[in-house]
Amino acid sequence: MKRLLINPRFCKGCGICAAFCPKSALELKDGKAALKERCSCILCGLCEQRCPDYAIFLRDEVGA
Amino acid sequence: MREYSDLIYKYTRVDHLPHIWCAGCGNGILTRDVAVAFERLKLEREKTVVVSGIGCSSRAAGYLDVNTIHTTHGRALAFATGIKLANPELHVVVITGDGDCAAIGGNHLIHAARRNIDLTAIVFNNNTYGMTGGQYSPTTPTGDKGTTAPYGNIDRAFDIARLAESSGASYTARGTAYHTLETIQAIERGILHKGFSLIDCYSVCPTYYGRKNKKGSAVDMLIWQRDHGVPRARYDALSPEERQGKFPVGILQQNDYPEFIEQYQRIIDGCETEQERSAFIHD
Repeated sequence: MKRLLINPRFCKGCGICAAFCPKSALELKDGKAALKERCSCILCGLCEQRCPDYAIFLRDEVGA
Repeated sequence: MREYSDLIYKYTRVDHLPHIWCAGCGNGILTRDVAVAFERLKLEREKTVVVSGIGCSSRAAGYLDVNTIHTTHGRALAFATGIKLANPELHVVVITGDGDCAAIGGNHLIHAARRNIDLTAIVFNNNTYGMTGGQYSPTTPTGDKGTTAPYGNIDRAFDIARLAESSGASYTARGTAYHTLETIQAIERGILHKGFSLIDCYSVCPTYYGRKNKKGSAVDMLIWQRDHGVPRARYDALSPEERQGKFPVGILQQNDYPEFIEQYQRIIDGCETEQERSAFIHD
């Protein structure tokens, strides 16, 4: 099972991930990318593809 | 737990992150595309070399964790030519910008293309000199503004892919920061191609080019790329009217012109004496 992770240390708040999320599951909160609600994320990875800062990505969660 | 993806861990110098590029800069997206192409081709890091010149684009060599060299302005292709000739087994990838390769290094570009040496040049084309404050570059469209063109640029822009093609490059392609999948594929095929390959990738510079020309945010600039760039196969099916204002993304042309190093090797193989051969090979 994959899980979406966000690294606020790398995020510069450009908003690209939120703008191109097909499910509108992402938003900018205090200038950083954030998941609105985890259940609306379909783990498509489009945010990871276009994040210029490598701050948002999917990772295989072992045992999750 | 690591705070970055496996791909980023494998192919970048994570201790240098976050990178220096501005929020929303297309160069970060394109650098990841290069890393994905390396991963998909399963290139050995020891046999992969990234050479860059000077400019925002050329910072990419500092972040990618392969053999890298950050060279002087415009000369990345000249350094890369030397590296490739010294050890033709290496995959030599040049990351350059529109100013670096089409202005300062314009002659290196046309002659590397003419020579058709087996290098892969990836241009991060952001239509401006971002690092020095937004001066107009050889790819700034006519009429657009820059620090040095406050009333609009009166020059016509280079199409770097067409410039390389007309100079003799045997593979040219177009990528964009928005069309990641097409761009990754174009880079992969460029690396596999035997001969000079150039992938002209439209980046976005919201800080200078975008702001000076009222193009909006990085998101607005990517939306423009989405709405005007059409993947090659779909572009070919469009009528001439439908193509108005659109540009194809993907491979533009590919052919099998003779490759420089193979030709050079043929001369070495044709030498009759060891003395003649030693003129070419210096161990």
